[in-house]
Amino acid sequence: MSVEETLQAQEGLAASATALGTAEQKTKDNPNPQMGEQYRPSLATRILGGGVGLSIGAMIAAFIVGGLLIAVTDSKTQQASQYFFARPSDTLIYGWRAASEAYVALFQGSIFNFEANTFVRQINPLFETLTVSIPLILAGLAVAIAFRTGLFNIGAQGQIILGAIFATFVAINFNFPLVVTLLLIIIGGLLGGAIWGGLVGLLKAKTGAHEVILSIMLNYIAVYLLQYLLKNSLQRPGNTNPISPIFEDNAIFPRIFGDGTPFRLHWGFVLALAAVFFVSWLLNRSTIGFRLRAVGANPGAAKNAGISVSAGYILVMSIAGALAGLAGALQVSGTEKVLNTGVAASFGFDAITVALLGRSTPWGTFFAALLYGAFRAGGTNMQVSTGTPIDLVLVVQALIVLFIAAPPLVRAIFRLPDPAKPRKKSAKKKASQKAVEAK
Amino acid sequence: MSTAVLDTPREEKTEIVKNWKNPTILSVIAVISLILLGFRAPAKQVTFRLGDGIRWADIPNLQIPAVAYGWVAAVVMIALALFSLVLMNRGKKMPLILNVVFWFFFISGILVWAIGSASSSNVSLVSILSGALALSIPMIFGSMGGLLCERSGVVNIAIEGQLLFGAFSAVLVGSMTDSPWAGLLAAMIGGVLVSLILATFSIKYLVDQTIVGVVVNVLVSGLTGFFFTRILQANPAELNSAPKLPGFEIPVLSQIPVVGPVLFNQSVLIYLMYIVVGLIWFALNKSKWGLRTRAVGEHPKAADTLGVNVNRLRFSNVLMAGAVAGMGGAFFTLVSVSTFNADMTSGQGYIALAALIFGRWKPLGALMASLLFGFSLQMQFVLSGLGTTIPTELLAMLPYVVTILAVAGLVGRSRGPAASGKPYIKG
Amino acid sequence: MKLELRGVTKKFGDFTANDSIDLVVEPGTVHTLLGENGAGKSTLMNVVYGLYEPTEGEILIDDQPVTFNGPSDAMNAGIGMVHQHFMLVPVFTVAENVALGSEATKGVSLDLATTRKKIREISDQYGFEVDPDAVVEDLPVGVQQRVEIIKALVRDAEVLILDEPTAVLTPSETDQLLGIMDQLRQDGKSLLFISHKLREVRAISNDITVIRRGKVVGKADPTVSTNELATMMVGKNVQLVVDKEEAHTNSDTFEVKDLSLVAPNGVPLLKNVNFTVHGGEILAVAGVQGNGQTELTEAIIGLQPKATGSLKLGETELMGKSTKQILRAGVGFVPEDRSTDGLVGSFSISENLILDLFDRKEFSRAATLNRSAISKNADRAIEEFDIRVGHKNDAAATLSGGNQQKIVVARELTRDLKLFVASQPTRGVDVGSIEFIHKRIVAERDKGVPVIIVSTELDEVYALADRIAVFFHGELMGIAPADTPRGVLGQMMAGATYEEALASADFGSDVGTGAATVEQSENNLPWAEGENR
Repeated sequence: MSVEETLQAQEGLAASATALGTAEQKTKDNPNPQMGEQYRPSLATRILGGGVGLSIGAMIAAFIVGGLLIAVTDSKTQQASQYFFARPSDTLIYGWRAASEAYVALFQGSIFNFEANTFVRQINPLFETLTVSIPLILAGLAVAIAFRTGLFNIGAQGQIILGAIFATFVAINFNFPLVVTLLLIIIGGLLGGAIWGGLVGLLKAKTGAHEVILSIMLNYIAVYLLQYLLKNSLQRPGNTNPISPIFEDNAIFPRIFGDGTPFRLHWGFVLALAAVFFVSWLLNRSTIGFRLRAVGANPGAAKNAGISVSAGYILVMSIAGALAGLAGALQVSGTEKVLNTGVAASFGFDAITVALLGRSTPWGTFFAALLYGAFRAGGTNMQVSTGTPIDLVLVVQALIVLFIAAPPLVRAIFRLPDPAKPRKKSAKKKASQKAVEAK
Repeated sequence: MSTAVLDTPREEKTEIVKNWKNPTILSVIAVISLILLGFRAPAKQVTFRLGDGIRWADIPNLQIPAVAYGWVAAVVMIALALFSLVLMNRGKKMPLILNVVFWFFFISGILVWAIGSASSSNVSLVSILSGALALSIPMIFGSMGGLLCERSGVVNIAIEGQLLFGAFSAVLVGSMTDSPWAGLLAAMIGGVLVSLILATFSIKYLVDQTIVGVVVNVLVSGLTGFFFTRILQANPAELNSAPKLPGFEIPVLSQIPVVGPVLFNQSVLIYLMYIVVGLIWFALNKSKWGLRTRAVGEHPKAADTLGVNVNRLRFSNVLMAGAVAGMGGAFFTLVSVSTFNADMTSGQGYIALAALIFGRWKPLGALMASLLFGFSLQMQFVLSGLGTTIPTELLAMLPYVVTILAVAGLVGRSRGPAASGKPYIKG
Repeated sequence: MKLELRGVTKKFGDFTANDSIDLVVEPGTVHTLLGENGAGKSTLMNVVYGLYEPTEGEILIDDQPVTFNGPSDAMNAGIGMVHQHFMLVPVFTVAENVALGSEATKGVSLDLATTRKKIREISDQYGFEVDPDAVVEDLPVGVQQRVEIIKALVRDAEVLILDEPTAVLTPSETDQLLGIMDQLRQDGKSLLFISHKLREVRAISNDITVIRRGKVVGKADPTVSTNELATMMVGKNVQLVVDKEEAHTNSDTFEVKDLSLVAPNGVPLLKNVNFTVHGGEILAVAGVQGNGQTELTEAIIGLQPKATGSLKLGETELMGKSTKQILRAGVGFVPEDRSTDGLVGSFSISENLILDLFDRKEFSRAATLNRSAISKNADRAIEEFDIRVGHKNDAAATLSGGNQQKIVVARELTRDLKLFVASQPTRGVDVGSIEFIHKRIVAERDKGVPVIIVSTELDEVYALADRIAVFFHGELMGIAPADTPRGVLGQMMAGATYEEALASADFGSDVGTGAATVEQSENNLPWAEGENR
């Protein structure tokens, strides 16, 4: 026993590399021990009970909770509730009004503003959403790809910052033609993030340290590094605030629809979209992805098949870091046009919920990022026009993930069928037979 | 059988395994110290005032020439590093006490060097240390909360959320009732509520514990931010100004030079901390509950077969952890300042988690690690107050770098509870 | 105390694990529950111990019906259990492990002194020689098992359930355990002994109940012949004989020289191991689990970077190469635990069939997987190895153990090999698959490939071996010819060299010793799984 244990300790990697996976994978991989093996539900059951239905259910539930929060904190509703038993309708009406006004503002700020006077202005929020979603897509991919390899990349925040630092360094030190400078900025962003992510992979692979702790620490180090640099080499000359010089035109991603429109959407979005295609190929079609998925799903088997788990960790964290770093680069040289201490906002943490909502698939992550981009863009409008704090968006995001993570909860609320429990008798019999055989 | 001779297991000779990590890291640190503390020492006298807070006597100040002390520290560290190399060559580890000596000279050397490099080099040792102790409070409570969870097999990333919600509940209830004690109780209840989410999702619904923790932190950040803007800011006088928890001096003990005013003239929350840490240490190592908790964290199935209800014990421990971490949250709004601010815990919950790991999942270890982090936090304030030339950002990175080194096993391998992070499914 | 089960049925969904089992354990007797792996023995024990609730039927203690809501109820009723996988907290001391769950307290603090005293008493009474303050993870397996027994006795257990207690013991440790069981029986305890090892069962039992696929198929007397017991247990009289001719060795060799490995805590795992396997022969490695066999195969395949010495495959030195390079050099490897090391459960069958081949040019171009080639490969392998699958894109985890193992074997035998290493190639595999896998292994030998088989089942060793290597505590105790008697191998497995064992082997003095060939055919299928597809 002690021998086995020491061996395990020595091979701490495989032992500690319990595949994290998404919440869905988790519950799937934890089949009822008596039922034994996995059961493959039909497509219809999966859509209705498992995937999309569950996501939509979770979203509705989260919005309802958010609406309740708005209602109970609304001053008119609170006043009306004092005579609730005399006229309950007042409370309900005011509450409904407060919540619906906030959500309408959220919609107007994120998709279509029907109060604006020109179509361009009406549709502008949608492009604003797309612009905001750029860093979410890339950072979301950075978290998702790590999930698929069995790692929890909580360090996208730091990786974004490093990408932004490298990109800014390029932008203020080189003065080449637009395309060359942008190319260098992209490379800088990829490199900066890859270093920060790769460091986590390296330390995890070589020492068995837990990536979550490493990433959290590196996030803080990145923040202080950014503060330090913004007071030194990257500081705007003649300024005492921690802010970089504004980027020159040749270091800024051009707008897709030109400068004549109000749309801020820049070519960085196309890059993000390309990244989705790339990650999709990488994970599903490439030999590298095969390696990474094997490491994520069963590190022991991967090792025995000659796939290096250490190399997998280092590789995936470098790729993840590069993706997040690109997000940082696009943020400074596309959207913000300047580097300040708030460059990463909370993108790195939002990215975790994005990847979880997108179930760690590239396209799932893409759509989840668009949704969260809408929350962010609309949340700003909601705060300005109805005084509902943008923090509500955080609450809704977190609730969505929690609800999705615990399918039994959402199923209970919406009475959805449970894909793990086959309804047809024959199917059930088959599953249990398999369980017997496996014993 | 005719082979009785062979029945006894053969003598197992173990072989010497050399592990060069620790001696190497000590050597590197010693060499850096030699350059920094020795060769680049500021030619100044550093004055530590020792007498603050003592009434019965006039204690002289401690005058330390930075150059001399730097050299002494560097030489001692080099000697110890060499000694550890020699020992390891023979397959032995350096005794703990010498390791402690090494790190003492490193920390004190840096302290003298940093203060010497500042424009004013006269500081009160008492205020540095008591400030450091105070700043460690949320981390100590937080790491104790983490410890209660992790030793029973549940990873607690939600310490941050427990601190934040504790701080929020404390200010809200404290302001409404005008009683800091009610605020403290509310902080504990707030922490328990956050724990309730963590426990429900990770123990009942078997969701990955790390993921739940992170998401819970986002949720708490959002909720407190929302209520802060929407409710507290609407009526700050009545809802966001809690009375502070009282502080008092413990007679006699507080008159011990240096140590007295640091440890025994503090806010009541700090005295509570002593009690909580002591209780947890005792309960974990000496009580029935502790034996069961440790068993559940190491080998839940073994505990189950002996009639211990694994998930119930885990659930109750996670809730208790919330109460403890919530008390740490009260520090922010009932001791440090009296008002709540969005995300005011600024990631200290994560540091508490690091302290727990650094302290090898042991109450006293986590306490020491938290104090170290508190000390480095305090040094940032002190040094920027003194007008130092060292960039405070780089200094601020130190605890995080140290944590990385610690978890990477350079400072010594740490083995956590074996079942931590693994949900227990019966059968 | 008398334990009786009346019509106990346990169902999981539609699957019946135990079907109306009747069983009586009289005080002062050992009642054996005999059955293959997967016959439902462990489920039944968990029902008796209160871990599962029976679907139907009742448990009676001294003729009084009882219901258990958990292990603590069972313990209170006087039932103790020694689990197959020890339920001990490795970092706890013996006393802490024994105290857990029924702690004595003094005020608010634990009172371990009382527990220590009780441990010493029991230890003296039965000659256990257990130190209450030793940390469990430092103790040998046999002693750990005694701690488990102490745990039950401290709780005043009158009925003791021993679930496959000999699986992890050396033959001599097994004999010690049987002695302890006899002593307990004489003290009037009721023992329920679960095993599939016929020799032990016959040596110790008063009554034997045989179960197969959840049902009692008969009761037997310990005087019944092993052959009859085996037939009852397996159901049909299958003789597992592998048809193989004399080995024709060739000049290809795999040579292991001075192979050593030390664990990080200084414990040696392999000590100067030297042997050579020739092309065209099977070297079977025998030994009790955990004596270095796993480390040996892992060292060969490059998974033990700290191993030293030399591993020469023909002229190629494998030591220091990565696993991938070693696989590329023509080594085929079947790891001992297919679910953790051989397969990726969530991957499809097709994907698992190329797990270590995916980046060869047959299966990928420009870093992109060639899906049609992968699919064709799967069709071919499924056909050739008779893998019973629903669809080749189903997850491998949905298959039965035998078919999972066939995937691993098929994958490894797809390539032209220069060395084939298989660890526990048929563990938990059904009869049909065992036969098939054994045939393929012999076929590989007959192709002239050197083959190393590691197995803890002596019967499998006898079935396949041309020569037998025995490991004890990381040391190669010697290489014996294929017809070495069981008793000699048993002594080698307990630490005797081949010569010592041969010298001290006293034919006829022991139940298990004797003509190995007879024993082999009698005791033919203890590790097989009762599956019929």
